[in-house]
Amino acid sequence: MEYVIEMLNIRKEFPGIVANDNITLQVKKGEIHALLGENGAGKSTLMNVLFGLYQPEKGEIRVKGKPVNITNPNIANDLGIGMVHQHFMLVDPFTVTENIILGQETTSKGMIDIKKAENDVRAISEKYGLAVDPSAKIADISVGMQQRVEILKTLYRGAEILIFDEPTAVLTPQEIGELIQIMKTLIKEGKSIILITHKLKEIMEVCDRCTVIRKGKGIGTVTVSETNPNELASLMVGREVTFTTEKTEATPKHNVFEIENLHVKDSRGLGAVNGLNLTVRSGEIVGIAGVDGNGQSELIEAITGLRKIDSGSVKLNGKEITKLSPRKITESGIGHIPQDRHKHGLVLDFPIGENMVLQTYYQEPNSKMGVLNFKNIYKKAKSLIEEFDVRTPSEFTLARALSGGNQQKAIIGREVDRNPDLLIAAQPTRGLDVGAIEFIHKRLIEQRDNGKGVLLVSFELDEIMNVSDRIAVIYEGKIVAIVDPKETTEQELGLLMAGSKRKEAGEVNNV
Amino acid sequence: MSNRLRNLSIPIIAVLLGVVVGTIIMLISGYDAIAAYSALWSGAFGEVYYTGEVVRQVTPYILAGLAVAFAFRTGLFNIGVEGQLIVGWLAAVWVGVAFDLPRFIHLPLAVLAAAVAGGLWAFLPGLLKARFRVHEVIVTIMMNYVALHLTNYIIRRYLPSPSGDRTEKIHATASLRSPFFEELTDFSRLHWGIFIAIIAAIFMWFLLEKTTRGFELRSVGFNQHASQYSGMNVNKNIVLSMVISGVFAGLAGAMEGLGTFGYAAVKGGFTGVGFDGIAVALLGGNAAFGVILAAILFGALKVGSLNMPLESGVPNELVDIIIALIVFFVAASYMIRIVMDRFSKKGVK
Repeated sequence: MEYVIEMLNIRKEFPGIVANDNITLQVKKGEIHALLGENGAGKSTLMNVLFGLYQPEKGEIRVKGKPVNITNPNIANDLGIGMVHQHFMLVDPFTVTENIILGQETTSKGMIDIKKAENDVRAISEKYGLAVDPSAKIADISVGMQQRVEILKTLYRGAEILIFDEPTAVLTPQEIGELIQIMKTLIKEGKSIILITHKLKEIMEVCDRCTVIRKGKGIGTVTVSETNPNELASLMVGREVTFTTEKTEATPKHNVFEIENLHVKDSRGLGAVNGLNLTVRSGEIVGIAGVDGNGQSELIEAITGLRKIDSGSVKLNGKEITKLSPRKITESGIGHIPQDRHKHGLVLDFPIGENMVLQTYYQEPNSKMGVLNFKNIYKKAKSLIEEFDVRTPSEFTLARALSGGNQQKAIIGREVDRNPDLLIAAQPTRGLDVGAIEFIHKRLIEQRDNGKGVLLVSFELDEIMNVSDRIAVIYEGKIVAIVDPKETTEQELGLLMAGSKRKEAGEVNNV
Repeated sequence: MSNRLRNLSIPIIAVLLGVVVGTIIMLISGYDAIAAYSALWSGAFGEVYYTGEVVRQVTPYILAGLAVAFAFRTGLFNIGVEGQLIVGWLAAVWVGVAFDLPRFIHLPLAVLAAAVAGGLWAFLPGLLKARFRVHEVIVTIMMNYVALHLTNYIIRRYLPSPSGDRTEKIHATASLRSPFFEELTDFSRLHWGIFIAIIAAIFMWFLLEKTTRGFELRSVGFNQHASQYSGMNVNKNIVLSMVISGVFAGLAGAMEGLGTFGYAAVKGGFTGVGFDGIAVALLGGNAAFGVILAAILFGALKVGSLNMPLESGVPNELVDIIIALIVFFVAASYMIRIVMDRFSKKGVK
């Protein structure tokens, strides 16, 4: 079979580093080809070369067998290459149609012919099974829907080869299922797809072949049906990776953390947490499983003092912390790895070293009588950076310049180092590669083994099943069931998360 | 190229570009550019009197620039420096006129009054921002007009001198004037205020860069969510930032009231110093030391330009054009960055 895209021996340098070193990627027509690599391995650079954003120092690109010189994205467009960006490039107040035709408006007599455009969009969306409402505003539709608009944009421009840049990072499990269907339809209609990802499960599920790159070097291309997740992972990371997190039996002791009949409203003033009860004991990890939007974010914000509590009580070590300020709550022994590391976790324009003391800058030895002691701050930061394997040029580098995984490791280092009695980890591994995920899970379990309580919130069922000692299922702001991960299945959890009652009486711990 | 060098080179390139384009405008308009610049230079540094006047002009520029820069570093746009300056000016003069005290109490009291007045004038927009998320740009702009007309009213109604449209002269005990400096500079209006301005710059640097309070202020300026997450009181820091900015602005007013003029007059319009402060802060990269350098440049241009029509027949408005061009090129520093990137890339290859 012929290749639609061939990138041969591509080399791309940036001052000081080689981002792509002799990488070859060959995509057959009508296949879904995975591009697998850790965060910062050079996947995005390679795709930006293909898309005309970067010029390679060496190597050749061929489209349908013909050598081409892609010097800017317009040329890539003309060659039928389309990119579905991870961070959507959409204008929120515009409608779906307006976004799709942006830059290629259908006009008649100098006016935009929005009727014709809407019909075109509808035709394409029906052909490929991409259900969207062409006249809806972007701001009003779900993330999954927005992604479909991005896909439609590339199809509208006549793309034959679609690049998906980590498309599932922002989607719920249901939306991921739908996306996979869409990709299969696209292939059936004769398109070819390059899927950039570090999620092995997805590769196993939809991809035909997979090219692995590691630290800028091409490792090789494998046929997915002839491989397994373990092999892929070790190709990507360069060593053996364990998937089932190794841990000993939990030995929970006294109650560290108790929530009683908690009520919290969301930003629109509607009840988000509705009479929630939960207990975390020392030496155990409690995982909260649930579909996004069932009150998880509000629960965590309420516990940590970032959101007003309507009623109910939150106790840490038997002491009421319900109405305390975030600082008092932090000081009383709660650590918080926030869900959104850019919004809450880091001041991106501060050096990484100063981010390490975001909650402790006012305490000795970081400062004395209101004057910061930068020597101590950076010394401490340096040791944390080493201990938690944060890959950064130095402790003086701005947090913004670090990759997502390393930003997350820095936050985890900061929170774990304060040795809190309760560590709240919200989506701690979102968007990270297997190496970083393994590391973070180990740290959470270490915290547990040191006799601390850990509250893990995640939308990834694998993570919940692997790491937790008890699973609390949240539905519509209430804990509807508590199950033992060893005695439950993903199917059962999925049903509980969708709000159906437990049919079989499993082991139900005291709530 | 290191970041520090680059941050320094952008304002310098902007100034050079401003001068080059200004020269082209002069040539097109049929003026002798060389004569204009030499008149500008001698008008600023040619005689010791002029130099004294430059330093006098630089003093309020530094403080107004610090006011804008401080707010900016903590994520706020204080467009109300002009208004805070005007109320500071009047407060200082009022203390200077109304009390009879020994100098070592009177002068500090008058300076303090200006600082408090400026701080209070900025407190209101700060509070509105913190409490109700009212945008500080809108409020501070409006407060400029309130300050202008309110102070005019107070001067006419409560503090008039026989001439009616200005206050009495302040008592000598409240004056920043220095016979020593005056003699040294051939009787320019140079006064002690320059030291207050420099101390203020050092204060701002120390507060922002070295203290826990400054850490909080900067953190809130960059990311309110993360600041709240880490236990900082976001609203308190917003109000505090505006107040400190207003204190700098109020001090700038004291420089005019206690130093340069020795009285407050009914104003037909704004002094412009507060607005020039925005340009000074921008050119100075919102850093304390940079603000001092930028203030010196602007002060020299302003004072030197007065000599241009006399000596070279070039209208001094051309200096305003050059200043505007410099501000333009700093604001458009993105262009300069791109060009510099091109060059440094070529250097690497």
